[in-house]
Amino acid sequence: MDVIIENLPLYWEGFLRTLFLSVVSGAIALVLGTLLAAARVSPVAALRGFSMTYVEVLRNTPLTIAFFFAAIVLPRLGVRFEQFEVAAIIALSTYTAAFIAEAVRSGVNSVHVGQAEAARSIGMQFGQVLSLIILPQALRTVIPPLINILIALTKNSSVAGAFFVLELFGYGRQLANANGDQVMTVLLGVAFFYLLITVPLGILASTVERKVAISR
Amino acid sequence: MSSVLYDVPGPKARRVSLIGSVLGSVLILGLVAWIITTLAEQGIFQGQRWAIFTRGDVWSLLGNGVLTTLSAAAVAAVLAFPLGLLLCLLRISDIAAIRIPTRIVLEFLRGMPVVLMMLFVLLVFASGAFTAVVAGLVLYNAAVFAEIIRAGIQSLPKGQREAGLTVGLTSFQSRMIIELPQAIRRMMPSLVAQLVVLLKDTSLGYIVSYEELLRKVQIMADFLGPDFLFPIFFVAAAIYIAINIVVSRIAVWIERRGTVKAAGGVAKAEPEPIEAAVP
Repeated sequence: MDVIIENLPLYWEGFLRTLFLSVVSGAIALVLGTLLAAARVSPVAALRGFSMTYVEVLRNTPLTIAFFFAAIVLPRLGVRFEQFEVAAIIALSTYTAAFIAEAVRSGVNSVHVGQAEAARSIGMQFGQVLSLIILPQALRTVIPPLINILIALTKNSSVAGAFFVLELFGYGRQLANANGDQVMTVLLGVAFFYLLITVPLGILASTVERKVAISR
Repeated sequence: MSSVLYDVPGPKARRVSLIGSVLGSVLILGLVAWIITTLAEQGIFQGQRWAIFTRGDVWSLLGNGVLTTLSAAAVAAVLAFPLGLLLCLLRISDIAAIRIPTRIVLEFLRGMPVVLMMLFVLLVFASGAFTAVVAGLVLYNAAVFAEIIRAGIQSLPKGQREAGLTVGLTSFQSRMIIELPQAIRRMMPSLVAQLVVLLKDTSLGYIVSYEELLRKVQIMADFLGPDFLFPIFFVAAAIYIAINIVVSRIAVWIERRGTVKAAGGVAKAEPEPIEAAVP
């Protein structure tokens, strides 16, 4: 226990950086993913094709490969970062966007056909149908799966710790190396801080799910 | 579905869409061209950088990496499924003293990064890298399998269990003989999808120094020099992604096959409602 209390500032700093990575990547991924989903259902064939390819490739890319690319290959290709956080955010947000696009697309499919027909029959354009009628309803049904994706994102941000970013996992590894005799306590401390983010989010997801289920 | 969102395009809309397609393609092609020229400026396309792929040892190392990746995934999958089944049975046990601790354990396992579990096993039990990777994957995926199977059992009509208990099966027999087979068949798509996730997660072994594909890339790049990093990485990533896409496709295929069968089967098996039979 003493190890955790002694190193609480480090844990706290790591926790904040994990939170920061998750929030920023999550926000970028939400925007990117929604755009990809919109492109997927759009009338323009090139956009559909692009969105489909993007989702198919990124969903099947192991996260470590995405990180390896952003943190080690990109700098070799002349893309320089001030901090490795940027590489981590690029990897996490492009990876997560593919999953969000899929979730939003299935949400769009879950909206009743009559909604789109009604909107079109009163003369709305594609953009209006999507932004005023379909997406607001779709987002409501996709909130629980979206929260689950964000939970996965938080857990995935731990990979950043292996690519030069000192977040929770990175500090955990450092502390484990420094306190060879108390590795178990150190790592359980790290686990506790992860659960501090993921468990409340999981409860939120199931609550929202129940609420949405009642109103349908 | 997409056709509902917009009118069947007339000549004008088709023209606009065509222009949009062309513009979009040009934009995407432009992006690709920009990436390629940037890469070319770095000298990526010089022949000698790719000439390493004519060497047998490069391929044998890559092949070795693929094998270690697949073997970790296979062992983990084989171990995780029975453990998941067991956890699921404990999780839905009638005895609260078993159910509640299992639930806490499952929440704990599902809420933690897989890498952390791998590192935990590696450092605390001082095991080899292979054991650590497999143990991390087994613990996490068993928890996920347990939740998937539980969802499958809960989606069954109540009558299944009631009927089982009525004909004199014990609670355990009813679970094993009546409910689990149906639940597993029903949840097959999710289970296979989770197998894809498991396969992808083997790449996390890189972080605990397991000699899988990505680690081999690193080793080769360190050995041959940084110039060769990109070509080797490119080929390795392509292999990895190709394997995953194939497995995902199999998952989709199973899902299609499953839904067709289930639809036919359920429709035939379900008796006519009595109210409908009496006019």
